[in-house]
Amino acid sequence: MVHSARVLALPNPKIPAPTRQTALHPLVPKPVSVFSRVVRLGISVATQVAPPVLTIALLLLLWQMLASSPTSALPSPLKVIDDSWEIIVDPFKVGNGIDQGLFWHVSASLIRVGYGYILAAIVGIGFGVLLGQSTLAMRGLDPVFQVLRTIPPLAWLPLSLAAFRDGQPSAIFVIFITSVWPILINTSVGIRNIPQDYRNVAKVLRLSPIEFFTRIMVPATVPHMFTGLRIGIGLSWLAIVAAEMLIGGVGIGFFIWDAWNSSLISDIIVALVYVGVVGFLLDRSIAAIGHLLTRGTAAQ
Amino acid sequence: MAYLKIDHVGISFQRAGATTEVLRDVNLSIEKGEYVSIIGHSGCGKSTVLNIVAGLLPPSQGGVLLEGRAVEGPGPDRAVVFQNHSLLPWLTVRENVELAVNKVFRGRKSKAERRDWTRHNLELVHMAHAENKRPHEISGGMKQRVGIARALAMEPKILLLDEPFGALDALTRAHLQDQVMEIHSRLGNTIIMITHDVDEAVLLSDRIVMMTNGPAATIGEDMHVALERPRRRLELVGNSTYNDARAAVLEFLYARHRAPTLAA
Repeated sequence: MVHSARVLALPNPKIPAPTRQTALHPLVPKPVSVFSRVVRLGISVATQVAPPVLTIALLLLLWQMLASSPTSALPSPLKVIDDSWEIIVDPFKVGNGIDQGLFWHVSASLIRVGYGYILAAIVGIGFGVLLGQSTLAMRGLDPVFQVLRTIPPLAWLPLSLAAFRDGQPSAIFVIFITSVWPILINTSVGIRNIPQDYRNVAKVLRLSPIEFFTRIMVPATVPHMFTGLRIGIGLSWLAIVAAEMLIGGVGIGFFIWDAWNSSLISDIIVALVYVGVVGFLLDRSIAAIGHLLTRGTAAQ
Repeated sequence: MAYLKIDHVGISFQRAGATTEVLRDVNLSIEKGEYVSIIGHSGCGKSTVLNIVAGLLPPSQGGVLLEGRAVEGPGPDRAVVFQNHSLLPWLTVRENVELAVNKVFRGRKSKAERRDWTRHNLELVHMAHAENKRPHEISGGMKQRVGIARALAMEPKILLLDEPFGALDALTRAHLQDQVMEIHSRLGNTIIMITHDVDEAVLLSDRIVMMTNGPAATIGEDMHVALERPRRRLELVGNSTYNDARAAVLEFLYARHRAPTLAA
């Protein structure tokens, strides 16, 4: 201790960090050299990154070979880049009407999804708690919900257009009605699955309804809730593209439809890459939030 | 007036139109500081008795009096140690006990006193070292000890143990039995324990209440165990009082009231 204190008291900026560390911890085996540490890091990164990069490269190559004949109906990757260079390099373009950069199309879609999904989360969790807690509510509402949830999202669109007389709220409603069911059903299942033991503990402790909700019901149900929320966000993103094709305006769905009408097949492919990546990120972010909130709950 | 009185308790359950009478005319008086075991074959309704005392089940007939007052619903004055520990998995060991302590002693103890009391009860079951672990990180025996600490921390008038060692291996079980005996001798708690283990009942109890088989189960025999405390399991091996008590319970369970499935 005295030795290390002395070393700490006399810092010598000329001595590089690894050397000082060696002096402080004489019992620790000689640290691995920087070189071999870099090599090890390199290997671990390579084994993580190489397989997906390789797969993508192979798929692109295959695509290039299949689509490079002059009679091919679909463009090859190189042709896509060539055709759509403008929209690839300028996603933030601001133009007139629907002539916007892809970033703005995607954000318009995301805003619609955001409204519909947040509404669905509130309503879904609310009704899920009701159905989970009350057998009477379950008996009354469950048959109705079971029928409603099988209706395909787009089938709601004409009805909501008739009701709202506007594309924007109709699209939001379609997102809402698509994503509310998995959230609702998973939440209610989660609440029904709260072990009787936990309820008994709450009773013996005489927890108030609010305490029961925050201390037991929420933590016990959060894993199920997030299963529903994750399915919900996936379905929302599926539905928004189709809904936007029909309602028009700025949005990635209508962008794709518009490109098809203008025979800009390369633009469609670029848009699909955006749709895929955004959908993936949405799924991952909900999963990450869920993972953060369910620490210690998932493992029992 | 007995400390705890189970007075002409009966309970029936209705399922699919049929009524099953589980308990009929159960009478039991327990004095303060007594350790009473309720033993019987599985399905005889012994856990139901405990749940009625806990207030988790309302009896169909009769009632339970604790210190002369009728039991209406569950409460921390009758703390339960459940068979499968029932610790909340999202809370650490300390937080599990703290949840009970904060609920029971809010307004009566300061924050620091509550923290000390939590710590004290974890030390009582020798679990203070694992206070920051979550239930899935500790063994079954440790979980059950935390369950006991949580129950003790409520300072209950009566401690209800529902087959507390049933899910544990024999060695862990013996260890926990010794700890419960030690706690009982130090604190003088009044305890009702449900068990199906004859040795456990004889070793731990002042009285063994034997239940007949259901339906309409009731108390068949109420036996005093006249063994000096402290009891040490090794010294009891050749003890005639111990062996007689053991024989009496075995005779009740396997000669006079065999399990229905075995009797056929």
